[in-house]
Amino acid sequence: MHRQLNREIEKLKQHVLKLGAQVEAAVFDALTACREHRRDLAEAVVAGDAAIDQAEIDLEEECLKLFALYQPVAGDLRFLVAVLKINNDLERIGDLAVNIAERAVFLADHPLPAFPFDFTRMAEVTARMLRQSLDALSSGRLEPAREVAAMDDEVDGINRAMYRQVQDAMRAEPDRIGSLIQVLGISRSLERIADHATDIAEDVVYMASGEIVRHPTLPRRT
Amino acid sequence: MNVPAQEAPFETVRDVVVENPVISAQKLDFWYGQSQALFANDLDIAPRKVTAIIGPSGCGKSTHLRVYNRIFEQYRGQRAGGRVLLDGQDLLAPGTDSIALRRRIGMIFQKPTPFPMSIFENVAYGVRLHFSFSRKELERKVEESLRAAALWDEVKDLLHKPGTALSGGQQQRLCIARALAMSPDVLLMDEPTSAIDPVATARIEELVLQLKERLTVVIVTHNMQQAARISDHTAFFHLGRIIEFGATAKMFTNPSHPKTEEYITGRFG
Repeated sequence: MHRQLNREIEKLKQHVLKLGAQVEAAVFDALTACREHRRDLAEAVVAGDAAIDQAEIDLEEECLKLFALYQPVAGDLRFLVAVLKINNDLERIGDLAVNIAERAVFLADHPLPAFPFDFTRMAEVTARMLRQSLDALSSGRLEPAREVAAMDDEVDGINRAMYRQVQDAMRAEPDRIGSLIQVLGISRSLERIADHATDIAEDVVYMASGEIVRHPTLPRRT
Repeated sequence: MNVPAQEAPFETVRDVVVENPVISAQKLDFWYGQSQALFANDLDIAPRKVTAIIGPSGCGKSTHLRVYNRIFEQYRGQRAGGRVLLDGQDLLAPGTDSIALRRRIGMIFQKPTPFPMSIFENVAYGVRLHFSFSRKELERKVEESLRAAALWDEVKDLLHKPGTALSGGQQQRLCIARALAMSPDVLLMDEPTSAIDPVATARIEELVLQLKERLTVVIVTHNMQQAARISDHTAFFHLGRIIEFGATAKMFTNPSHPKTEEYITGRFG
């Protein structure tokens, strides 16, 4: 029986990694659309979300089926639990990519000469966090997964600074308030994508080691 | 001086410490003739908890269990070494009263073993041998034991029917009632559900969970999900050694020893 579960788990892993790649591409395209004022690319991201949603439902059903049929334990159990949670994170990231893409559509028609905050760096770190958490999922390696949480601090920092910078820009150029509100939303979506990437990385740590690394201030159970 | 090379000492991975164990196996060895089946098993059985013993066929789990009530001594050529303490007394020591020991440590086997007599007599038989009860007291004891084994409602109007006429699951509960009638401190169960259907299995599992309010259960099982469902502690045996002993919830979500992981996920055994 176990060889069958092994095969199913391998298949599930390929599916979750495929969904990860789809979501990563959506984020990448949404950010490119923002940077290059590409309405076509932004609209493609919005249209592509239905496929991501469908993949999420399929993955969840697949996980539930394996729970019911095999009652997995130990590493197999932790893998399935991690996939269920990561699946949810990936779907949410897909929605946030859509959110960025919708704002990119607005910005394509009302472009800003420059973003009032370090969008390039924020986009770069967020994309790297997502990539690295998916790599960790693929390899089951702990080190890259643990690094993701540290990277999140930088994204949070840029997002915090962004509020003041956007506020200042609004005061300086009140006729661009519409576009600046979109920019504020983009920064918030990026920050939340980085949070979901951190969640994925934490679930990979759990999957690979059994250690729960969320909420580091809580006392560790032995 | 030449010192002979020695194998590295084997260490069981343990993640729980059992306070005031009812049974404590210490350096328990076992031989079938010349063939050693258990190697220096150290295992503490916690009071009023369920301890599951799991492992592949031939790993020594039933052998280990059979030492606790010295049932092995019925067979020629089988012997145990080391100590097994029951309330601080070594039950392997010469002079131990095996009959009294088996009253305190009851045993349930893989196949139900009802005596060829009535349901009532199946339970009353041992009680009569050990206690001098009046008829009324005996009837009360039989009813109490059948209730504790969750069988009373099904058999209360059939007490004089043969025990062998019951279904497999009922027969197994009859055997449990028979064991409970002795008011044991410990109940050993050697794959008690492997010969009965899933519904009857669920009833026995439920019963085990009720029983631990009054006694200690040690269960050998091939059914990993069963160990996960009903036990508090689990010992994983392999080739006569205890590889890992710990809290069941931890062992089935995050085992410490790679061999345990391989076994419970079905990669060997």
